[in-house]
Amino acid sequence: MNNAQLRDEVIRISGVNPSKCMGCGKCSATCPAYDEMEFHPHQFVSMIKNGDLAPLLKSDSLFRCLSCFACVERCPRGVEPAKLIEAVRLQVIREKGANHLKPESVPAMVDEDLPGQLLVTAFRKYAK
Amino acid sequence: MQRIGVFVCWCGSNIAGTVDVKAVAEALSHEPGVVFSTDYQYMCSQAGQDMIKASVAEHHLTGIVVCSCSPRMHEATFRKTATAAGLNPYMVEIANIREQCSWVHKDMPIGTEKAIILGKAAVAKVHLNAPLTPGESPVTKRALVIGGGIAGIQTALDIADAGFKVDIVEKKPTIGGKMAQLDKTFPTLDCAACILTPKMVDVAQHENVRIFSYSEVSEVKGFVGNFDVTIKKHARFVKEDLCTGCGACVDKCPMKKVPNEFNLGMDNRPAIYIPFAQAVPKVATIDPAHCNMLKNGKCGLCARVCTAGAIDYTQQDEYVQEKYGAIVVATGFNPISMDKFDEFAYNQSKDVITSLEFERLTNAAGPTAGKLLRPSDGAHPHTLVFVQCVGSRCTACAEKGKEYCSKICCMYTAKHAMLVRDKYPDVDVYVFYIDVRTPGKNFDEFYRRAVEEYGVKYIKGTVGKVVPENGVLKVQASDLLNNKQLHIDADMVVLAAAIEPDRSARPLATMLTASMDTNDFFTEAHPKLRPVESPTAGVFLSGACQGPKDIPETVSQAGAAASKVIGLLAKDKLMGNPCVASSNEAMCNGCSSCANVCPYGAITYEDKEFRMPDRTVALRRVAKVNPAVCQGCGCCTVACPSGAMDLNGFKNDQILAEVDAICK
Amino acid sequence: MNVRYFPGCTLKTKAKDLDAYARRSAEALGVTLDEPKDWQCCGGMFTSANDEVATKLSSVRLLKDAAASEQPLVTVCSACHNVVKQTNHAMQTDAAFADRVNRYLGDDAYHGEATVYHYLELLRDVVGYGAIKEKVVNPLKGKKIACYYGCLLLRPGSVMRMDDPENPSIMEDLVRALGAEPVIFANRNECCGGYMTMESPALAQKKSEAVIRNAKANGADLIITACPLCRYNLNKQSDDLPIVYFTELLAEALGVKEEPHE
Repeated sequence: MNNAQLRDEVIRISGVNPSKCMGCGKCSATCPAYDEMEFHPHQFVSMIKNGDLAPLLKSDSLFRCLSCFACVERCPRGVEPAKLIEAVRLQVIREKGANHLKPESVPAMVDEDLPGQLLVTAFRKYAK
Repeated sequence: MQRIGVFVCWCGSNIAGTVDVKAVAEALSHEPGVVFSTDYQYMCSQAGQDMIKASVAEHHLTGIVVCSCSPRMHEATFRKTATAAGLNPYMVEIANIREQCSWVHKDMPIGTEKAIILGKAAVAKVHLNAPLTPGESPVTKRALVIGGGIAGIQTALDIADAGFKVDIVEKKPTIGGKMAQLDKTFPTLDCAACILTPKMVDVAQHENVRIFSYSEVSEVKGFVGNFDVTIKKHARFVKEDLCTGCGACVDKCPMKKVPNEFNLGMDNRPAIYIPFAQAVPKVATIDPAHCNMLKNGKCGLCARVCTAGAIDYTQQDEYVQEKYGAIVVATGFNPISMDKFDEFAYNQSKDVITSLEFERLTNAAGPTAGKLLRPSDGAHPHTLVFVQCVGSRCTACAEKGKEYCSKICCMYTAKHAMLVRDKYPDVDVYVFYIDVRTPGKNFDEFYRRAVEEYGVKYIKGTVGKVVPENGVLKVQASDLLNNKQLHIDADMVVLAAAIEPDRSARPLATMLTASMDTNDFFTEAHPKLRPVESPTAGVFLSGACQGPKDIPETVSQAGAAASKVIGLLAKDKLMGNPCVASSNEAMCNGCSSCANVCPYGAITYEDKEFRMPDRTVALRRVAKVNPAVCQGCGCCTVACPSGAMDLNGFKNDQILAEVDAICK
Repeated sequence: MNVRYFPGCTLKTKAKDLDAYARRSAEALGVTLDEPKDWQCCGGMFTSANDEVATKLSSVRLLKDAAASEQPLVTVCSACHNVVKQTNHAMQTDAAFADRVNRYLGDDAYHGEATVYHYLELLRDVVGYGAIKEKVVNPLKGKKIACYYGCLLLRPGSVMRMDDPENPSIMEDLVRALGAEPVIFANRNECCGGYMTMESPALAQKKSEAVIRNAKANGADLIITACPLCRYNLNKQSDDLPIVYFTELLAEALGVKEEPHE
């Protein structure tokens, strides 16, 4: 897919219209993972709107979004940035061999109290 | 048979861009009764109107169809043209081929086909048109102004100065409105009280003005020139004519813990109170929800200390009936509730306040006597964060915010920030903005002074979360120009809350049958050309009830509304609308369906004698329409089960002829 | 009354407390929790992309079972609740998505007919806090309790519809009904760090610390939560402030915290 097709696909599956964004920066003001991200929520929205997806596809920022939905809740224009980030992430992990989390790396990350819910969620987020 | 002329307007490219006007004129020329059909670039221009007049004479026309813009735009224009040409003005029909055709279609063949159909319908109607003559009604030379803020005060003063009587109805115990609560005014920084309170005195002392304070409009009947209004005067338990406003009762009242609405609940007032020192009328009011005497008969201290004998615990609400020729709505605005925006912790910390609360905090007559003190502990603050657009430009959720820009926030925030830096140079002031909107005279210069001369830190971005912790407000925000997330420890956060029309506006609009938009702002008759008139005749708009406005704009509009009222009251008689309902008595069975749906109370019944075919006389109850009260809405014609009720100019057979023409 | 009860995977393993106290409390309140047979994992998170179908099927099966039983579906884990509720909402509002899902599900189509309650909503809206107050045998007097919502219970507010997402009171009102004093703190609806605790423990630590610090600063003796992952993250950063499930507090107040003797 070229950039324009990719943008259309991201917009379609996320159900988000990035043109509704008025550039207030509420998403990035409220984001708890902001410091971990190379591209911040408001940049996702504007870069997707502009069809500038290549840098996003390569960025680890895709895996830093906590899906806490604070940006979705607080956006005054109903843009729902977290859904856009998720749609881009799916474009990456749906490619063969692009899983961000491999089962063999899990044992080193967990302790005995870790709830199973966390592993399921992480695999849903990071792998296909 | 009518001799009909058809005039198809291009409206420049507005119509001609999507409708083949020549084809429309050609097609309509073949309709029965059409003896002349033509097109022209601007039919409403002098040349266009002259062409119509010449055609009437040349072709002996008896009816005219103009295919043009909406009749709301130019029906009156073409009726005047017809009159000048010697025709009855009601022999003109407009086919709206602009708003209802060219503007909604993109495709020329589709637009042209529809324009022809609309034109045919108008031709079919003209065949059944009959000359109509409007009646006359007298004008009551007194105006009612609803709302006593700066808008209502200015409108009332201008009308009164022109020599007409004016009544102001204000629901609060004093006039003055929001402006009385403000500290300084932008962009000149003169004090609000210094420019408002003299006007309050002027209006109170004006021989042509009466003020009904602590009162509300409870019923409106009648029509332009002849409104019958009932005003409810709430019992204030103080005789207005006796009270001298000395304040002895206020000092002695033992119930001192009532949240003071004038200071937005930031301090307390007694149960008997005068809202502020410059109140008009300067008369005390007892708050029945908190007065011990009224609640359980225990106290009576105020009556004992009142040397004027003004206290009256038995006072009842009173109703006053008055006639008016014109009504001006000046019901104003309020900031929206911050309850749904608790990411700013408004409900969690006293140090998070709205901008209107900030006005009171910096006002010399406010709860801190004008000293900037942190509300939670009275300490001097060191860092202030202002947040713009809280609930404005918000489309995410209708329960939360407003889609529109509240218009005044950019400027008052610049004012607040500048005043703080001026008085307290040690205080750091941040303003988070999305856009800074300053389109007014000397407005942008004012905002730039805040930045360049006063060192206010304007940051493009917004605040995402405020966390009160250990006496500070931890503010998390975005700085979009530097692509950073900021963390600021603030002492106070000030929210520029969106503004909305006062809650009393919606029921008032229903009483006045005046239209409103989805945000409950009153709609103007024309957004550009009739901005201070409601589409309902005799109802005028002043101030923020029509849309967000600052003081200069409000005062201009208040004066404009007054001039429209003066224009109306200067007339001795008004021409009525002849397109009113009338009942065919022979068919009416007196069922009351029409009277039940009439919004104007124009229909009454009378018992009438009818000569029957067998020469006997029968007494029957039949409907009668008062043509002066009827507004021609047509509800009754739809409700009438026997078809007795009909509307002049829009008779049932005329409408059906249009439908037939469209369906052919 | 009887309700369908979906405990979810974590309540069968690391969060057995959350489940056990919920069951005992329900019994004390006269509510029978019917656990459907052969339920599957909810999926852990709701993928918002509307072309994701397979990962949502287990939730739809669960919802369909509840609809057939004509009982409301009750969940207690925040994550399960979020996934099930969002899935139900998508089935109600996204016709194209519902159509694709229904092709997997055999004859009778499902369009979100089931009612989904979080256990807290069951307490507030069905049992009633007034009725609970009457059944409290050990009022938790003098305890200052911080109610931690996290993200999943409240957001997205337009779908979850449990409470005001910025100023909730459902847990605080429960705490009041149990005789304790709620502590309102701003970070109660900020993220604990969630699943990032695996890849970026430092981030999770920072976020959880902020929650705990803010609760403590407002005088909390205890934090309650409905989410096993929140509890895990907060527990790691808390030295002296206990983090417990809200059901434990409820069971304690109702006098059913201890296992009944055989």
